[in-house]
Parts: sequence; structure tokens; C-alpha cells
Amino acid sequence: MSADVDPAAGHVKPSGSSTAQPPAPSGTPPLVLQGVSKTYAVRGRRGALMTAVDEVSFTVAPGASIGLVGASGSGKSTLAKMITGSERPTTGSITFGDIDVGRLRSGGLRTYHTKVQMVFQDPYGALNPLHTVEYTVMRPCQNFLGMSGHKAMERMHELLEIVGLTPSAQYAAKLPHQLSGGQRQRVVIARALACDPALIVADEPVSMLDVSLRAGVLRLLAKLREERGLSLLYITHDLLSARVVTDHILVLNKGRLVEQGPTKQVLQHPQNEYTVQLLDAVANPFAAASAGPA
Amino acid sequence: MALLEARGVNVVYEPSRGQRIWSVRDVDITLEKGEFVGLVGESGCGKTTLGYALTRMLRPPARLESGTITFDGVDISTLTGERLRQQRRNGVALVLQSGMNALNPVRTMEHHFGDVLKAHGREGEDLSDGAIKARGTELLGNVRLDSDVLPRYPHELSGGMRQRISIALALALEPRMVVFDEPTTALDVIVQGAVMQTIQDLQREKKFTAILISHDLGIVLEATDRVMVMYGGQIVEEQPSKDLLYGKHHPYTEALLNCYADPRADEIHLGGIPGAPPDLSRPQSGCPFTPRCPLALPICAEEDPPLARLGRGAAACHVRAPATRAAMEVSSVR
Amino acid sequence: MTIVTPVPPPEAPGRATQIPIGGPSAVPGPLRFLGRAVRTLWSNGKGRIGLVLLALIAATALLAPVLAPHSPKATSFPPYLNPNGTNWFGTTGNGQDVFSQMLYGARVSLLVGLTAGLAATLVAVTIGLIAGYRTGVIDEVLSFITNLALVIPSLPLMIILAAYVSHRSVWTIVIVVAFTSWATGARVIRSQALTLRNREFITSAVFSGERLFRVVFREILPNMTSLVAGSFFGAATAAVLAEASLEFLGLGDPNTVSWGTILYYAQQQNALLTGQWVIVFAPGLAIALLALSFTLVNFGVDALSNPRLREK
Repeated sequence: MSADVDPAAGHVKPSGSSTAQPPAPSGTPPLVLQGVSKTYAVRGRRGALMTAVDEVSFTVAPGASIGLVGASGSGKSTLAKMITGSERPTTGSITFGDIDVGRLRSGGLRTYHTKVQMVFQDPYGALNPLHTVEYTVMRPCQNFLGMSGHKAMERMHELLEIVGLTPSAQYAAKLPHQLSGGQRQRVVIARALACDPALIVADEPVSMLDVSLRAGVLRLLAKLREERGLSLLYITHDLLSARVVTDHILVLNKGRLVEQGPTKQVLQHPQNEYTVQLLDAVANPFAAASAGPA
Repeated sequence: MALLEARGVNVVYEPSRGQRIWSVRDVDITLEKGEFVGLVGESGCGKTTLGYALTRMLRPPARLESGTITFDGVDISTLTGERLRQQRRNGVALVLQSGMNALNPVRTMEHHFGDVLKAHGREGEDLSDGAIKARGTELLGNVRLDSDVLPRYPHELSGGMRQRISIALALALEPRMVVFDEPTTALDVIVQGAVMQTIQDLQREKKFTAILISHDLGIVLEATDRVMVMYGGQIVEEQPSKDLLYGKHHPYTEALLNCYADPRADEIHLGGIPGAPPDLSRPQSGCPFTPRCPLALPICAEEDPPLARLGRGAAACHVRAPATRAAMEVSSVR
Repeated sequence: MTIVTPVPPPEAPGRATQIPIGGPSAVPGPLRFLGRAVRTLWSNGKGRIGLVLLALIAATALLAPVLAPHSPKATSFPPYLNPNGTNWFGTTGNGQDVFSQMLYGARVSLLVGLTAGLAATLVAVTIGLIAGYRTGVIDEVLSFITNLALVIPSLPLMIILAAYVSHRSVWTIVIVVAFTSWATGARVIRSQALTLRNREFITSAVFSGERLFRVVFREILPNMTSLVAGSFFGAATAAVLAEASLEFLGLGDPNTVSWGTILYYAQQQNALLTGQWVIVFAPGLAIALLALSFTLVNFGVDALSNPRLREK
């Protein structure tokens, strides 16, 4: 299924009926989570444990776009950290082909990051305020691809073009505070794309952006999926953006998977009460037309 | 007589030498008693700055450059010191986005109420512990909280409860007007609806005049009677809230509405607005939305569009609300 | 409704084309950074006074050979003289010109203040950054050492160390002072590093493949420059006062000419009894002014990092 994008407009339409899509880069394995749990010891209370993630299992097939939705405290961020290797699961396994993600150490982790990358939530915090766009985007090229200065710079310009920051020469020299939230997120995405990853974990990438800037970034994510066969794990509490970008959705409540299915189906026919609560929480001025002062 | 009349409000923000940012440009606002008005816009549009200006809460390096703010007949734009402090009682109250973080972590809720009531107490008012407890219970009841919250500390309460308490504290002095600055934005998404409902119910019950500042058009249209859309430090449209959902509007308003959709619908069109908000440190001429406007005409970049009649409200747009003499006979919007 | 994407406007004329594709990082070169820092300090009232004062003292120190009417060590004058035409500040018990000594003394005090401050800051930064970035055992050990250093009273420790070292010189003092004043800075830097390491751009750097050294020194440290500068000036202040104290107590090299040794000799030679209050007052005031200048500059540095403190 592809995301139907209207290039002439600021629109993005969600994945509709199945149409051909370029295959994922050959050899991309699925990401498999099996019975993953994460518990933390509670400070101050001996023996007490806090369960952030409770026996979650799912698979991200190559080229798929999966949404992980829930409010804060649902465990979705913790899952993201475990999937990208920043934290270890307490029980269960996370595998990416023959890589056991839960057991990675620093060397293996670096290799893993060439395949699985992350897009962060806070466009204001995800970029070092003292580094130019050029520096931020070039570093992964130099570190992972071993590119020398000149080649790295070429690749950097290429990446900026891909994410729509054109003319790239103009944006390369800018510092984060000179860019808008949407532009910063594009830089974050460019950085994540540097080593041509197979899977991108996007943790609330548009939640902190103004609504007018969201469609642009979502459209970019959809385009990247379409053109490069990237797998996308999209984490959010906002069901509207999840509907627009994902094909399949997983609803998390207090660390447990409470509902899952094709996105449109789950949103139109939610089975779980928590899903209904999330739906009601979506900002929608047009709902005001039917509601109204009592 | 209108409760609040602000004319020609200009706020300038000077973060460092030689840098001047015009956060609010030439804004006129009129509020009648008991109205619930929404101020909506995106980052940097000046809505929070305007809210702070109206409640005289601006701090350096921001300041009210010019304009008058008349509250119930009294010009509050030049009040300072003790007179300004006195005006806070029965005057204007402010509920902040992170009001829940403004609670003193080592003091109980009861202490907080006592603090506020004693600071602005009048002669002969009963401020004994019993009286404060009683008043506290009453105020908590208004925000749907039980009096067993009184002996608690902030860390023992959830975010939603703390935000309700900050609302209750704001109402403790029986303000005639309350400004809510993004009251639910910092709350968990599931709790936002309930707190917003409480605010609406409160406003209807107590009948105070209220301004709701938010970037979320959904919340604003549901709760308010009238809405003002801000862009680039200016008010670009004013309408009765329900009118915003149909008919023609300022291109920015229409673009903004297009950024929302119902996730349950069969077909979804999610719009965006390409480009970026204007740089407010540069002097501006013409309509601030011109570079991103699909309907822009040459005149839009040259002349400031005045607020002229559009539907039951007004808009500042050369195209949608041209400034004919008839259209300009709209001194305030109803 | 459809929205047609408008063509983004060209940048204002004159701005669009000539943005240089400059060096790979905007962590500014040291000279440009210094220039910018001085300008910001200058704009802050207290910082400005501090800079002026510091500049005056530095100028005195540099130009001492030119400004001093006599050699500071020459014992060619009658001893115990009060201020007069030839000896503006009078003479010591050994017949040396105090005014010339004051001018040359600026060199030592300034040198010790800056060098010891720098050394202490280097130690503080290294320990603080590593402890703050690496949690676990390393942090525990380093924090323990830091707390230990904080708890031990510095002046008595300095006295003991200086007394035991057989070779007396200015550099002994520098080392001793550096050894005892790094702990406060280390604590502060560790706290800040702890805060910064959880920022998303640090995680992002790790995802970009950066190794530990680069993360700590190219990502975290540049965001802490004001803190480090503040730490430096704090250490320099402490160093100036400590140096004067040690020399006054006779633990310095008695052959050096510094403000502290002037005070030492003044005390040895009972300057107060002989009514030579200038010999006591002048070096004391000079030391205070130098320490004051560092402190004032520190206020300016605070304003650098916290824009809300910047005066209009």
C-alpha cells in the first residue's frame, strides 16, 4: 500500500487501496518483538516494580508502516528505546534478522544504527544549538560511511534535497535557531537518512510542531517510504497523523497491547474503550459543529 | 459598557541590544461582560504575548510599547506597583499553561489558598484557618475536586488535578475576567477534554468574562462564543465561533481549518501551509500572510488590510473583505 | 477545499546568494568566540567594570619595567621611609622602593591567579564531564573523590602542602592552589553535564555514530562554555587570594616580588608600628581589586549564559 500524495498541494492522503510500492532494500529483515517486557525498580520502595511495557509482541515487516499509539505512560517511548538499542528489555526478545537487539554492545550498536535510525520528538532539542545543519548531517556520513570531507559534503547536500530543504546551500550554513520547527524536523530526518537505514523509528515527530507544519513532514515520511521502501515505526498519541501515515496500528495502554489492526478499520470500528478515548482526544474543530454549548 | 477595551496595543520584545521584535501590532479588542472569547494562532503569532499584555503581566525584555487597556472604565495600561496589585483582586486573573508547576512543592494546597486569600485580603475579612478551609473547599468544588485534596502536596496529585487547582486559585479572588493561556496543552491528551469541560462549565456558572488562548482550533471553537485568529502579531479575523466552520474566511483561517480532519472519515485530506511565519524583527508592510497566501494580490504586499466586515464578523483581507465604506462601518465586531 | 502551494518567496535581496559554505562546524573558532564573548561582557555593566579593571592591572603588569621608577629589588634607599618624592609609597625595611615592588608584583599575582585558575578548571572540567556523562561506577568513584576534596578545608591543606615542599617558588604555589580548588567547579560541571546528557541532541549524536570523546568534547562541552568560564574566574579569584595568603604566611619564595610578599615583609618589619600604613594598605587593596575584577567579569559571564540577566 502506498501513501497517495498530491505533489502540487500541501496535502497528504492516507494509504488507500493496495498499489505497487518499490520493494524494501533487498535483505531487509523484519523487526520481531516477542514477549517484550520492561520493568523498572521504583525508587524508595524496596522490591516495588513499575511495569512500563508488558508482554508486547509484534512484527514490522520490511516496507511496512506501523503505528504505535497511546497516551503518555503507555510504554510507547520505552518500546522505542528498546527497539533502537538505548535500553534493554527485561524479558522477551527483539530481533532484527539475526541481530539480537537486546544484547547489543557498543560496537554492534553502531552497526545496528546503520540499519535502524530514529527521528526524535522535540525539534528544538534534537539539534545541537551550536552546530550548523551541515555539521549535523555530515557527521553520520563520516562516521558510518567513512566518507571524507568532500564526499560527505556532497552526500549532505543530496540528503538536504531529499528532505526538501532546497536550495541546500542556503540551509547548510544555518544554525537551528534560524530554522522553523518544520525545517528542523527535516534536518533531523536528513540526519537519520544518512546511512540509508532500512527502518526508521519516528517518536512523535510532529507532536511538537504547529498544525500547519505537520502535513509537510508527514508527506515527507510517506514519500520516503514510497521511494525507498523504508519501514516506518510511527509512535504517537495523535490518531489523525497515525491514520495518515500508517497502514497498521497497535494501541498501547499502560504497557499492554490492547488493540491492533489495519489503521482505518481500527479507527472506524474501535473495539477497546481506550482506543475510543484516544479518538475523542483528537483535536477536531468540525466536531464542534455537532457538539455545542449544553 | 464593555468590560475590556484595548486599543492600538503594540508589544515590543527586545532580547538583546539592537534587536526589536514586534510581537503584537496594533491590536484592538473589545470584550463584553460574560463573553467567552478565543484567541487562536500558531507559534510566534503573539497570542500569549497579547494575553500577558492584557493582564499586565509582561516582563522585560517585553513591554507594552503603546496602546490603552481600559478595564471596567479604568485605564490599567499605566498602573504600577501597589495600585496594580490591588487591581488584581476582583480584576483579571491568569491561568498559565504550566500553572500546575507553579505550585510550591513543599506546601499543601490549603496553604496555597491561604496564601492567595491573605495576600489580597480586605479589611475586616475573616481569614482564620476555618474560613480559609471553607473557602478552599468551595473553590475546589467549583473545579470538581474534593476537599480531601486540601492537605495534599503537589507531587501527590496528578497533572490534571494540579491544573484544576491552579484554575481554582485563579478564581479565588473572584476575578471579573480570566485569561486562560493554553490551559490544557501540557496535560496528557486523555485528560485535556475533561479539564476543558470544567472550564466551560465554570464560565457558564460563574459568568466571568474569559479569554481562551490556544493553538488548538478544536478546543477553541467548542468552548468559546467568539474567536479571534492571530497571525504575525495581528488579528486577522474575528467571528462568532460556530460561523468559522462554514462560509468564506481569511485565507489563513481557511488554511488552518484545512490542517484538521476527522481520523474516522473514509477519505482524509490533511492540509498544511508551506513556508514559514513572518520574521517579526523586520518592519512589515502589507498583510503578514502574503508570502504564503494562495489568493495574494499585489496590493496585499503593499497596504495593511484593515479589519472590514465579513459575514457576521470581520477580517483583515483585501481579497475576502475589501475595505469599502460600508464594510468599514464595523467599529467592533458582533 | 484545495490549497495550491504558493511559490516560496525569494529571500530579501542581498541575502540569498552569498552564504558561504563554511567550515563543517559552527562551534566558532577561538578568536571569533573570544571577540563575541568580550563584546557581550562589555555590554553588561558589571562585566564592563571588571574588564576595565582587569585590563588596567594587566597593563600595569606588562608595562612594569617601563612604569617603575626604580628596580624593585635594589636596596639602594634608606629603609622605613614614608611616602616621599622619590619613593611614592615609601621604602621597606630593606630599603627597597615599594611603588616599584607594587608594579612588578602585579605580574606574579596575575600570573598565579590565571595559571592556577586555568589548571584548576582543566582538572574540574575533565573530572566533572566524565563523572557527569558516564554513570555507574566511574561516576561514583569520581564523585566520591570530588566530595572528599570539597570537605577538606583548603587553606590548612594548602599550608601543609606548601610547608612540606622543599623547593619554594611561584610554581609550587600554582600547583598547590590548583590541587585544592578544582572540586567546586567539578561538582557544578558534573551537574550540568548530567542535565545535558539527557538532551535529545546527545542521543542524536550517538545515533550519528559519534564516539565518547567527541560526544563529550564536541557536543556537551561547547554547550557549557559559560559555565566553564564562570568556573575559571571563580577559581582564579580563589587562587589570587590563596596565593597572597600563602606568601603572607611566609610559605612562598621570599625572593619573589609579589603583593603577598610585600605584606609578608610588612608584617615581619612591623610596618604598622613604624606608621607605614601604605605598605599594608596598597598591596591589600591591589589584591582585593584583582579578585574583584575577576568576580565582576564573572557576573558578566553569567549574563552570557542566562539572557534574562542581561541588562538592556
